[in-house]
Amino acid sequence: MQAKVKTKGTAQPLVVTANRLRDGRVVWLAEGGRWAEHIAEAKVFLGEAAETGLAEGAEAERTQLVVGAYAAEVTVGVAGPVPLRAREKFRALGPSVGVAA
Amino acid sequence: MDMAVTRAGIYHYDEFDREFLRERVAEFRGQVARRLDGALTEDEFKPLRLMNGLYLQLHAYMLRCAVPYGVLSSDQMRQLAHIARKYDRGFGHFTTRQNLQFNWIKLEEAPDALAALAEADLHALQTSGNCIRNVTTDEFAGAAADEIVDPRVYAEILRQWSTLHPEFSYLPRKFKIAITGAPTDRAAIQVHDIGLLAKRGPAGEVGFEVWAGGGLGRVPIIGTKLREWLSEADFLSYMEAVLRVYNALGGRENIHKARIKILVRDVGAARFIEMVEQEFATLPREKFRLDPAVVAGIQAHFASPPFVVLPNAEADLARAVSDNAAFADWVAHNTNPHKQPGYISAIVSLKPIGGIPGDATDAQMDAVADLAERYSFDEIRVTHYQNLVLPHVRQDELFAVWQALDALDLATPNVGTVTDIIACPGLDYCSLANARAIPVAQLLSERFADLKRQYDIGPLTLNISGCINACGHHHVGAIGILGVDKKGEEFYQITLGGSAGNDATIGDIVGPAVPYDDVTDVVERIIRIYLSLRQTGENFLQTYRRAGMAPFKDALHAAA
Repeated sequence: MQAKVKTKGTAQPLVVTANRLRDGRVVWLAEGGRWAEHIAEAKVFLGEAAETGLAEGAEAERTQLVVGAYAAEVTVGVAGPVPLRAREKFRALGPSVGVAA
Repeated sequence: MDMAVTRAGIYHYDEFDREFLRERVAEFRGQVARRLDGALTEDEFKPLRLMNGLYLQLHAYMLRCAVPYGVLSSDQMRQLAHIARKYDRGFGHFTTRQNLQFNWIKLEEAPDALAALAEADLHALQTSGNCIRNVTTDEFAGAAADEIVDPRVYAEILRQWSTLHPEFSYLPRKFKIAITGAPTDRAAIQVHDIGLLAKRGPAGEVGFEVWAGGGLGRVPIIGTKLREWLSEADFLSYMEAVLRVYNALGGRENIHKARIKILVRDVGAARFIEMVEQEFATLPREKFRLDPAVVAGIQAHFASPPFVVLPNAEADLARAVSDNAAFADWVAHNTNPHKQPGYISAIVSLKPIGGIPGDATDAQMDAVADLAERYSFDEIRVTHYQNLVLPHVRQDELFAVWQALDALDLATPNVGTVTDIIACPGLDYCSLANARAIPVAQLLSERFADLKRQYDIGPLTLNISGCINACGHHHVGAIGILGVDKKGEEFYQITLGGSAGNDATIGDIVGPAVPYDDVTDVVERIIRIYLSLRQTGENFLQTYRRAGMAPFKDALHAAA
């Protein structure tokens, strides 16, 4: 289950993620308040700056765009943010297994 | 399309049932529309969607469709295949509760998917929420040679009694009932909130052995036997009594302490039985008395199919077995004796080597439906081991069934072996999971792919859960694997010695959890230790129970 990440006092970069309301698809908050389908486009926040991202997430929930916005820890590589925890890796990459034979 | 189900062996909905489902779908369609336009918040909408079996998982909404006591007709299976094609990604996942889950449903299409279910007399009611969930039973009900009482009759009575039961729609927690009617428990009745064994008294009358307070999850507990004998007439009044005691006293303040098993544990078995009997004594028995005419009416829905006398079928099957070694392997593992001479039940393995346990494509579902129509009186069963069953196959047609299944990759002859693995969706799909279960199952399946080796290892249940909620029944696997989160990484705790049968046992934890990459090797070492210790004729559980945990701890040490 998703453990809440504290934005205060963490040195780890953060992204804001949620599920899109109408189809449940995983999305990340990107520049300009857009919700992107790929984590590579996610806006990266440092420390308490993520509070502004979470506020945008709350507003997007209020306007029926997304469900359950929260902050997730990432590292930032050349291809953009990479989730730190296993759960977020699978949310970003999709199931690690294929469809039935 | 009128999908009215008319064949024997399947409970027939009447127009009242169908109108109820149509109204329920219309109601949900309105709720979804109000959610999408903002009239309902997520907090307001969530309990409404859950009451219709719609969860929000990691990647999408998941629709859990009820398969009442695991029984499907060919038409119903075809409709599930249609839903998989139209509203999902062309597959479905059969679960340990004999249900079917679709993993890629869109909220805006969920009412259409529910409407499609309703066309086939199917729904997703009470597949979520703190209510009485889908009643599960023996997958060979109505077919097994060792059956004393057909449990489908009483499972259907429980379904009708519990559906929208006003007093039991908001219980402290979810409530699962399993019932069997054979002396060999294939329904895991001792690890359910209520477990029932239907049996017969001296005069042939039906009665029930009643268990309660069993369960897996965070606190695994083997149930307590409440009654050695409960008469058929008192069946529903006693269920009412158990549920009332639980509803009144079950802990609602802590979700982890709210199941009936915690209540039974905390007050003690003797006191719990006393409270149930007191409640039972105060109930207006006549009001709740199960009328024999009602039972007879429901029994008529489950009349035996029109079996024919097949004097040569057993000889035909014996000849086919002796002529074809691969077929012989499959018959030895993937069939169950039938009560009707000349017939047999065929188990359709949803565990191909390296496959996803319990998954079936739309094409496979359609093909199984066709086979059931042609060879099994239109009947299909879902097993809590995540396989399917064609319950009534003529023995002289079994070879043809096997050939057809083999062409569909549905004839892996591994039922009951180490590769017949139970696995929950785990962290690949489930929002509750801490670790993946499916790829662990796939790696183990590939490691033990060699049939000769599987057969040498013998009967062994290997169950994997991606979190402590234990949907993969890891506690009752001879080898159980539980995924845990250690600082964001997937680790796995191993248990040994579990069983869900008549000898129900909660497995013992071997030691510290091991990383994902080590799980297959650890299980390999456990199996090797077992093979080195076993005495003639022993299976894994017998060896473990004789030898104890100590020698198996080496399996973990070698991983360090």
